[in-house]
Amino acid sequence: MSDLILTLKNVHTDIAQYHILHGVDLDVPRGAVTMMLGRNGVGKTTTLRTIMGLWAARDGAISFDGQDITGLPTPARARLGLGFVPEDMGIFTDLTVEENMMLAAASGPLDAARKERIFTAFPPLRTFWDSEAGNLSGGQKQMLSIARAMAETRKLYLIDEPTKGLAPAIVSTMAAALRELKDEGATILMVEQNFAVAKALGDYAAVMDDGRIVWTGTMAELAGSAELQEKFMGLSMEAGA
Amino acid sequence: MSAAPDHKPTFADVPITERVAQAMPVLLIPILVVLGLLAIGNPSSWLTLTVSGLAMGMMIFVMASGLTLVFGLMDVINFGHGAFISVGAFVGISVLFALSTWAGAPSLALNLAAILLAVVAAMVVTGALGWAFERVIVKPVYGAHLKQILVTVGGLIVLEQLIHVVWGPEEIFLTRPEMLKGSITFWGAALEKYRLLAVAVGLVLFIAMRLVFRRTKIGLIVRAGVENGEMVEALGYRLRIVFVGVFIAGSALAGLGGVMWGLYQEVITAGMGEEMMILVFIVVIIGGLGSVEGAFIGALLVGLMQNYIAFLEPKLALISNIGLMTAILMWRPQGMMPVVKAK
Amino acid sequence: MIMKLLSGDTPRSKILTLVLLAIFLCLALAPFLFPGVRSLDTAARIAIFIVLAASYDLLLGYTGVVSFAHTMFFGIGAYGVGLASQHMGRGYSALIVGSLSGALLAAALAFVIALFSLRVRAIFFAMITLAVASAVAVLVSQLSWLTGGEDGFTFRIPRELGPALRLGEFAGVKINGKLVNYYLIFTLSLILFLIMLRVVNSPFGRVLQAIRENDFRAEAIGYRVVWYRTVATCLSAAIAALAGSLFAIWLRYVGPDTTLSFAIMLDLLLMVVIGGMGTIYGAAIGATLLVLAQTYLQDLMGSAAAATEAIPLLSRLLDPDRWLLWLGVLFILSVYFFPTGIVGRLRAGK
Repeated sequence: MSDLILTLKNVHTDIAQYHILHGVDLDVPRGAVTMMLGRNGVGKTTTLRTIMGLWAARDGAISFDGQDITGLPTPARARLGLGFVPEDMGIFTDLTVEENMMLAAASGPLDAARKERIFTAFPPLRTFWDSEAGNLSGGQKQMLSIARAMAETRKLYLIDEPTKGLAPAIVSTMAAALRELKDEGATILMVEQNFAVAKALGDYAAVMDDGRIVWTGTMAELAGSAELQEKFMGLSMEAGA
Repeated sequence: MSAAPDHKPTFADVPITERVAQAMPVLLIPILVVLGLLAIGNPSSWLTLTVSGLAMGMMIFVMASGLTLVFGLMDVINFGHGAFISVGAFVGISVLFALSTWAGAPSLALNLAAILLAVVAAMVVTGALGWAFERVIVKPVYGAHLKQILVTVGGLIVLEQLIHVVWGPEEIFLTRPEMLKGSITFWGAALEKYRLLAVAVGLVLFIAMRLVFRRTKIGLIVRAGVENGEMVEALGYRLRIVFVGVFIAGSALAGLGGVMWGLYQEVITAGMGEEMMILVFIVVIIGGLGSVEGAFIGALLVGLMQNYIAFLEPKLALISNIGLMTAILMWRPQGMMPVVKAK
Repeated sequence: MIMKLLSGDTPRSKILTLVLLAIFLCLALAPFLFPGVRSLDTAARIAIFIVLAASYDLLLGYTGVVSFAHTMFFGIGAYGVGLASQHMGRGYSALIVGSLSGALLAAALAFVIALFSLRVRAIFFAMITLAVASAVAVLVSQLSWLTGGEDGFTFRIPRELGPALRLGEFAGVKINGKLVNYYLIFTLSLILFLIMLRVVNSPFGRVLQAIRENDFRAEAIGYRVVWYRTVATCLSAAIAALAGSLFAIWLRYVGPDTTLSFAIMLDLLLMVVIGGMGTIYGAAIGATLLVLAQTYLQDLMGSAAAATEAIPLLSRLLDPDRWLLWLGVLFILSVYFFPTGIVGRLRAGK
């Protein structure tokens, strides 16, 4: 792999008294989409939150864009160019869609072109621009969450299960928007349980199990090997979907 | 991957009952005012009581607003907040004594200038004190509620004692500035001038706060932070600094409330803040912890209720607030306008 | 025998044992060691506040719940005895009826409060109890036809417990009814203290400790956290009421300032935290320390203030009335630096 934007070396994270990450080693190449896969509860979300600084790494090192960020607080990491779409979407329900977007554009007002692009990708956001975000449907909230990450150009997007619990029609809207983001050359590290989406978007794949990365390679390699899928992700995975 | 099918998202129509339920807390104030009129019968007494109830409510709101925001933002409850009320009153009243020629002059402009200077001094001192308090007392015990309660109660004790050290152990009596003494007559009702001023100040402050919250970025950050502080940080904002700012502003507002209350009662004691804290807590609880609008409505309800009951059945006045709190908590256990907490 | 009385919970530190023994002996022999009205009064206060602080520790230290309504229960016990004696006439039956009904009422009230708010978060509970306690204090001072209002009222207790009874002299000390009264209070306080020690060392007490450490886990293991907390709250309230009854019997007077004031509530917090939360013994040490400070630290500070009269601010800081300032500082420091209080410190450094 060529140019790395993010590397994790032997990262350990504890949540309360529980040891969740047991030495994660991960390389994320620039300008590509890396998919993090694995069963529930193996530490994918914890890895993203540790990268974002929302959980502190007890041990190990995280470097981002050539800089060691292990000890940095969350806001400083965000300012370095990390965009985060959490699993629960993290929408401010009391604020309007517009206010959510205003907050997301931390360095200045949202420019018109970008706004237009977001509206094209997610039409409902235009409709509900002045409404309280709490009244949005689940899918619309997910759109807003991703739109917030797109409010500024980030060096790396961390996206946690963007299609979770969404109706199939919305999943395809979401996938199209993410595809567009990818085509613009964005670097994305994404947790995805929907293998079809993962296969369609991912360039690289990293499989987690029991708090560690157990396999890395190209998405094509993983998608092409039923054996690998079975080994790392359990039999329940619908391999050909 | 196919393009998304066209979907026309709409909001479901909100049924009328739900709308009423949403607006209910706000409607409670006119309902209470009308009930007051029916119970009291005499319109001019009712008007006098309503104005003094609103004045009292506004002052409690000024004291409570900082407390509820600090809680909403960082899950910190400051039992020492009451000490800032007392300190504010003592500082403000001292300044007013020093400016007694202005305060005693029969000129509204000079009187208001004296009050303004007193308020500024009180707010600067309590704001600075709040900053120190946050650093020394509160910061080491984030996230530990038991310790937080204990340590801030300790802070309350120490600050109150320090007031005794600086200003002596006796209560201090005062008179209001010349032009704010007495009352005006309106529709046969005697309305104290000072109470009208207090209502105006409280109202202006509430509107200003609302504007800050709705129209400025810092206001957005605070509102978003109350709901989901983690996400605000993930967007790159240093919530910790915002929180310290809110803590300082809240302490300064407590100081302002102290000056206003001192002028209202025309006597100040070191323990006044501690006594006010009981009303402040009731207001914060019934409003919904963390909600400024809830605290505003709660404060007005408490003020009106207390004044009406004091007229109708004096012995029950102070108990009425507990009754109000119990009734509201039975109706909405999280308070009238609970803050949605992500997590 | 002693082990059994202490329920197997020894002080576990030499110094602590010595201190506790000293407190015990001084209280047991107070009339003879420190003759005089004032010192006997101090000794009785210490005995009663040890019980009150320990009952508060049962709540604060063992369930981790901060209540500001504890003096309310104390007051209920005191007024129970006072009112019973006033209406039933002086006599032991009035004392017993008053104490027991006070304890029952306190437990019932605690039950209601617990049901109402133990499910909510600690902060909510603290604020609600503060509001309720203040309302009760207001109510008591307003119902003057019943309670004597702000002034409170004095009442008569059996003659044998008053100074009128004279039984001669022993070791140079006059044996009178006041002395009998003292020993009645001392004995009952001791019994209540040992009962609490028993409670916290029973399986019930262990569950309470488990809940304090991690209530989610305790719930997950299958303990009904709310039920345990409710029982602890009721028990703690009942014992506080009994302590109040003892206080009323000792003073032959009840009033809002001596039983219901927020100042006493703060004293209680100080006693338990400085002494050491969750140890029961800590309450004994904290209460002794605070009552002594209240009585004698003021004397000490008075002389210090006089000595520093020339330095304006310092002399005011050392003013006898500012004793609470210094204890407040000590309180904050204890929460930060030795959260287990004096007892925890002594045990750690044995």
